[in-house]
Amino acid sequence: MRLIADTSRCVGAGQCVLTDPDLFDQDEEDGTVLVLDGEPAGERLEHAHEAVRLCPGQALSLAE
Amino acid sequence: MPTLPAVRSCPFAPPDEYLRLRDAGRAVRVRMPTGSTAWALTRHADVRAVLGDPRFSSDRRLPQYPFFAPTQPSAHAPARISLIGMDPPEHSRARRAVVGEFTVKRLEALQPRVQQIVDEHVDRMLAGPRPVDLVEALALPVPSMVICELLGVPYADHDFFQTRSGLLLSRVPTVEERNQARGELWGYLGRLIDAKAAAEDPGDDLMGRQIARQKAESGGVDREALIALGFLLLVAGHETTANMISLGVMALLSRPDQLAALRADPSRTPAAVEEMLRIFTIAEFVNARVATEDVELAGVLIREGEGVVALSSVADHDPEVFPEPAALDFDRGARHHLAFGFGIHQCLGQNLARQELRTVFDTLIRRVPGLRLAVDPDELPYKDDAHVYGLHELPVTWD
Ligand code: SF4
Repeated sequence: MRLIADTSRCVGAGQCVLTDPDLFDQDEEDGTVLVLDGEPAGERLEHAHEAVRLCPGQALSLAE
Repeated sequence: MPTLPAVRSCPFAPPDEYLRLRDAGRAVRVRMPTGSTAWALTRHADVRAVLGDPRFSSDRRLPQYPFFAPTQPSAHAPARISLIGMDPPEHSRARRAVVGEFTVKRLEALQPRVQQIVDEHVDRMLAGPRPVDLVEALALPVPSMVICELLGVPYADHDFFQTRSGLLLSRVPTVEERNQARGELWGYLGRLIDAKAAAEDPGDDLMGRQIARQKAESGGVDREALIALGFLLLVAGHETTANMISLGVMALLSRPDQLAALRADPSRTPAAVEEMLRIFTIAEFVNARVATEDVELAGVLIREGEGVVALSSVADHDPEVFPEPAALDFDRGARHHLAFGFGIHQCLGQNLARQELRTVFDTLIRRVPGLRLAVDPDELPYKDDAHVYGLHELPVTWD
């Protein structure tokens, strides 16, 4: 699964970083999401699913 | 037609009238205190859907905007509107400019200072007489000091903004009183920004950095926009976290089993904070929108120009999503609550709030193990008269 972030929709709420700081970070300047692992597996994939669900900007998605 | 807003009969649950709205249907017509009508949504999925849908506007200048107070404040407000009242693309630009100040990493760097502020207030409380009002001693001054330092506003003036922001979020004052409070805060921030803008070094704080950035980008300072930003952060930074601190302490002191669980395992505090945010959902008045086109949602056709109020307190007690919603259960995994809203307006300061709440609860549990309510829980004065739910006073004592 590929983890995709649409930074134009990101509102910088950091819910993703709180879900998994190994998977996500935020740009220091504008707070938008940085994906640290574009193809998460195992537990990280579960965290990715949770972050997709929580993200208020609907900026994250998972694709085959 | 039911009229909003209604008052809670139990602090751990939404108002009974709202629960009846939920039983009446997914979308129910209600009357707002201004006399206008709006659709009230109550299900978790519907509230998320409307708040995440760009076809619903947050612009408070729209005549149909459903205010929770009998007067339309925008009619008298200064011309400039703050983040929460803007739509994209204006909103996206303004939020982007400031969001870097609230990243998870930035706030982690701030943690030692937050801890220090909490410890100083707890020291002072323990050294003073008991019983004491925890709102005065801790719940209000801690977030107030934190937001002042973060913004670059002198904490010495705290009496001035605490009283004004309290007035602005109360339903009791008249339009004139609210306008006066707003005008005074506006003027205060204007003078502060002018002084910072005129100084050689505007200061290493949020306002100072915004000023420096604007000067570098355009050579000038957008004074009104900065006032609006400072106004929003100052008011929101005072009332919301303060009320969550006092409600959270009340909850812990009246649910000894939950308190014992936290004391036994402090790593559970973040989950406890989420659950408290969910159960109280204190600031739903911000979740009002206006449809900018016809939208089918929650099983009805919402027409262009109609108002919608997304009742997040009810959504956060949706039994389909949170079984036995009135039970405070730290283990339920409540992170998808809507206490900070959803969509592009989701609270900018949410992680700061989480951090302050965590620090206060952990510190009180560790340092004041004998803390208890000094009055009967039924006598506590809840803020049934304000836009943000909370406690006017929380008398506590300790052994
Ligand atoms: S949770 Fe969503 S909106 Fe928030 S920082 Fe992460 S990607 Fe951006």
